[in-house]
Amino acid sequence: MKAKNQRLTLALLAVAAVIGAALLAMSALKDQAAYFYTPGDAVRDHLPPDKAIRLGGMVPKGSIQHFPDGVTIRFLVTDGQATVPVRYSGIVPALFREGSGVVADGRFDASGLFMADQILAKHDERYMPPQVAGAMHKTKSLK
Amino acid sequence: MHRFANPARFIALARPLTAWFGWSGALLILIALGGGLTVTPSDYLQGETVRIMYIHVPAAWLGMAGWGGIAAASFLQLVWRHPLAAVAARALAVPGAVFAAICLASGSIWGRPTWGTWWVWDGRLTSMLVLFFLYLAYIALAQAAGREESGQRLTALFGLIGAVNLPIIHFSVLWWSTLHQGSSIGLTGTSIDKSLLWPLPLAFFGFTLLFASIVLMRMRTFLADAKVEARLRRMAAA
Repeated sequence: MKAKNQRLTLALLAVAAVIGAALLAMSALKDQAAYFYTPGDAVRDHLPPDKAIRLGGMVPKGSIQHFPDGVTIRFLVTDGQATVPVRYSGIVPALFREGSGVVADGRFDASGLFMADQILAKHDERYMPPQVAGAMHKTKSLK
Repeated sequence: MHRFANPARFIALARPLTAWFGWSGALLILIALGGGLTVTPSDYLQGETVRIMYIHVPAAWLGMAGWGGIAAASFLQLVWRHPLAAVAARALAVPGAVFAAICLASGSIWGRPTWGTWWVWDGRLTSMLVLFFLYLAYIALAQAAGREESGQRLTALFGLIGAVNLPIIHFSVLWWSTLHQGSSIGLTGTSIDKSLLWPLPLAFFGFTLLFASIVLMRMRTFLADAKVEARLRRMAAA
């Protein structure tokens, strides 16, 4: 075998081995590397109360309730498999809205209510101007 | 490929290409950013911050493509011992690192008003930050290796193995739940409205041409540097 072909074989083997190792590591990390639990995961895994986690999912339409104190809200988070109530006091990001994604930091209390300390809005991959969005969703006012 | 093993032949081609790529890239960037800042509408949810994507997306692409180039050049260097491969890989490192940094910074600026935070440790953001650190390590390693053959081979090995991070960055939003959204542009279509989309490919090609021009410029600098060094050594010996 010529020296060049030997090097080629070695390099290809090395690349294949490294890719294989990375794929194995990635699939092993699959659960740990998730940034948040979906409501389905949270219900399935029977997360203990008071364990600090992140919960992510969609906020169903019509689920946000405002408390009289003006800063506390209660809303639902769903992933289609399970739906979890969330309570949060504080300022929400501008893009937090019904029908959109959310990631909340916090913990479940004993009754299964998720007490959020922080709320992040999750943006999806759709980008469009207001006119198009208005025509698509028939929303009254987007501004 | 081995036609360009002769640096003089490479430089004869690289010199005009540097100018062509640089100027055409600058023109495309000007059109794309001008259009992206003034002509395109704002997004229905993000408002004006959507315009950051005309910088962010090309920067992310070049940050990753830069390392892709380093890996390909490292492979050429290790297997075929092509004399220009090590030069190309080293020339790619600094611009690649700069674009990775632009991607991280612009994403952070977008994240604050959109998500409500500057930074989160999710799969996409973390793997992109790792890419930036890999660049810094690569630059330090290449600097330390200098013109020493074994050191350059070690650098090439690092460049090849570091490429493992590229698929991790790309698939991070599919494999793991992340705060970062999935891809808006796939092989089958896009979820970006046409009126917002058109400056994006222009910015994409514009920044890519500019990147290529900078890399060619740096390769020529390295070659000229080596030439000067060799001449000085000859003069000292005589």
